[in-house]
Amino acid sequence: MSDMRDSDLTSYRDVQLSPDFSELRRRFRRFVFPMTALFLVWYFVYVLLADYAHGFMSQKVGGNITVALLFGLGQFVSTFAITMIYVRWADRRIDPDAEKLRHQIEGEPQ
Amino acid sequence: MTAPLMLPMATDIGNPTVNIAIFALFVLATLAIVFRASRNNKTAADFYAGGRSFTGPQNGIAIAGDYLSAASFLGIAGAIALNGYDGFLYSIGFLVAWLVALLLVAELLRNTGRFTMADVLSFRLKQRPVRMAAAISTLGVCFFYLLAQMAGAGGLVALLLGVSNRAGQSIVIAVVGILMITYVLVGGMKGTTWVQIVKAVLLVIGAGIMTIWVLAKYTFNLSGLLGAAVDKSPAAGEKLLSPGLQYGVTGVTKLDFISLALALVLGTAGLPHVLMRFYTVPDSKEARRSVSWAIWIIGIFYLFTLVLGYGAAAIVGPDAIRAAPGKANSAAPLLAFELGGEVLLGVISAVAFATILAVVAGLTITASTSFAHDIYGQIIKKGQISGDGEVRVARYTAVVIGIVAIIGGIFANGQNIAFLVALAFAVAASANLPTILYSLFWRRFNTRGALWSIYGGLASTIILIIFSPVVSGKVDKKTGASLSMITDTGIDFHWFPLDNPGIVSIPLAFVLGWLGTVTSKEQVDVDRFAEMEVRSLTGAGAEKAVSH
Repeated sequence: MSDMRDSDLTSYRDVQLSPDFSELRRRFRRFVFPMTALFLVWYFVYVLLADYAHGFMSQKVGGNITVALLFGLGQFVSTFAITMIYVRWADRRIDPDAEKLRHQIEGEPQ
Repeated sequence: MTAPLMLPMATDIGNPTVNIAIFALFVLATLAIVFRASRNNKTAADFYAGGRSFTGPQNGIAIAGDYLSAASFLGIAGAIALNGYDGFLYSIGFLVAWLVALLLVAELLRNTGRFTMADVLSFRLKQRPVRMAAAISTLGVCFFYLLAQMAGAGGLVALLLGVSNRAGQSIVIAVVGILMITYVLVGGMKGTTWVQIVKAVLLVIGAGIMTIWVLAKYTFNLSGLLGAAVDKSPAAGEKLLSPGLQYGVTGVTKLDFISLALALVLGTAGLPHVLMRFYTVPDSKEARRSVSWAIWIIGIFYLFTLVLGYGAAAIVGPDAIRAAPGKANSAAPLLAFELGGEVLLGVISAVAFATILAVVAGLTITASTSFAHDIYGQIIKKGQISGDGEVRVARYTAVVIGIVAIIGGIFANGQNIAFLVALAFAVAASANLPTILYSLFWRRFNTRGALWSIYGGLASTIILIIFSPVVSGKVDKKTGASLSMITDTGIDFHWFPLDNPGIVSIPLAFVLGWLGTVTSKEQVDVDRFAEMEVRSLTGAGAEKAVSH
C-alpha cells in the first residue's frame, strides 16, 4: 500500500518536471497573471477617478449621462468580455492538454 | 398608482396577509424540493457537496443565489436611490471581484480540495495547525455574514409584514432560523443548492420585471429616468449622477472608499461559502462554467438595481424613502408598491425573505461542514472517522449554528448590518485570499507563512474594526446622534480613522505570509507540492462526482 503511494507521488513529480506540464503551466500563467493585472489596474483607475476626479467624472456626455456612468458601465462590459475571452481560451488551450496529462497520470501509473 | 405616498409606515403600505401568503407559498415549494433532494443524500460527498453532480449552469445560478443577499438587493437599490452614483460603486466592486475567482481560484481549488477551503490550504503544509487556522477563519466569516443576514431579517419584517414590536420581530428571526436548519438538515448541500436556484430565478425575474416597468415609464430613455431622479431629489440634485455624494466629503472618507473597494474586489474569492460551491460540480471545466454563469447573472442583476435605485428616487422620492421604517432598505419595496400595488409588493417582499433564507442556509452548511470535516474529522479524530460519522456531527453542528444565529440575530436586530457584511468581506480578503494564492502559486510558501497570514489577517481586521468609528465615536454632526454600534456618545475609544480596515489588513496579511515563509526553516514538501500543482492544473486525482 505504501509502495503504491510512493510510486504515485514520484509520478506526480515526474509529471511536474515534464516538458508537457511545464508548457501547460507556463501557458496558463502567461494568460491569467497579465489578465488579472489588467482588470485590477482598470478597476483601481476607475475607483481613483471616482474618488478624486469628481469634476471629470460629473461631465455630461449627452442628456443626463455622465462620464462616471459610462466608466461604471465600462466595468460591466470589461468584466463580461474578460469572462467570455477566458472561458473560450481555457476550453480550447487548456482543457485538451490538461486532459491528456490527466489520462496519462490516472490511466498508467508508473 | 398616481396618488402621492404620504410618509408610509410599515403597516400602511401593502397587505401583510398577501405578503405572508406569497412567502408561505415559497417556503412550501422549497420544502417540497428539499425533501425530494434528500432522498439521494447517502454519503459525505452528497451531504457536503451535493454529490458533485450539479451542472455548471445550475451551480452558476446557485452561486448567484448564494451571493445576492438581501443586502445587495435592498441595500444597493436603496443606496443608489439616496446616494446616487456612490451606491453603484458597491455593485461594481462586488461584480469585478468575480474575475479573481474565475481566473485564479475556482478551477484550481475544485481540482485540489474535497469539501472545504481548509482542504486546499493544508494540502502541502503541516495539516493540523493550518487546517485549524483555515477552519477558524471560515467559521469567523460565516458567523459575521450570518449575523448580518439574521439581523436584516428583523428589519425587513418591520417593513414588509407590519411587525413593528421587538418580540414579533424576534419570533420572525426564530422562524427564519428554524427554516434554515430544516433546509440544511433535510436537504444537505443538494437541498440548499435547489433553494438557492429557486430564489435566484425569482429574484432576477422579480427585479427584471420591475426594471422593465420603470424603464417603460420613461419610454426606455435612461437619460429621462436620471433626469426625473434628479428633479425629485432637490437636496442632492445633479450630484446624484456622479460619484462623491457619500464618500467624497473629506480626505478620510475618500481613503475609506479605497479601503472598501480593496476589500470588495479581493474578498469574494475568499468567501468560504462561495468557495465551497465549486465542489458541487463534477470537474474544473464545470467550475469554470459556473463562474461564467454567475458573473452574467450577477452583472445583469446589478444593472437592474441601477435602474431600480434611480427609479425609486424618481418615482418614490428620497423623502418618502427616508421616512419609511427601513430607510434605504425600503426603496425597492416602496417602488414595487408604487408600480404594481400590493401584489407586486407581496412578491418582492417574499423574494427578499427567500433571499435571506437561501443565503443563511448556504452559510450554515458551510460552517457546519468546516467544523465537522476540518475540526472534528481531521483534527480531533485525525481522519480516523467514517463519512457517516462526520455527517452526523455536521448535522448537530448545523443545529447549534442555527440556534447561535437565532440568538445572535435577535440581539443584533436593529444594529447597523452593512458593516457586518463589510467585515466578512474584509476578513475573507485579509485572512483567506493571501494564503489561497500563496499556496497555489508560490512554491516556497510554508506553514509559518500560512499561520501568520491567516491569524494576522483575521486579528488585524477585527482589532481595526473594534477601534474604528463603526463601533464607537461616530456622531452625526447635524443631529448629534450616534452613528456607531455603541450608541452612547460618551463612550469613544476609536483610534483607527476608517470604517473599512482593508487598506491596512489586506497588505499586512500578504506581507505576513511572505515574512513568515522566509523566516521559517521548514523545507518544502516537494512531493506534496508536485501533487498539488499537477492536480490543480490537470484535474488528475481530483474528487469525482458521485453516481447514483
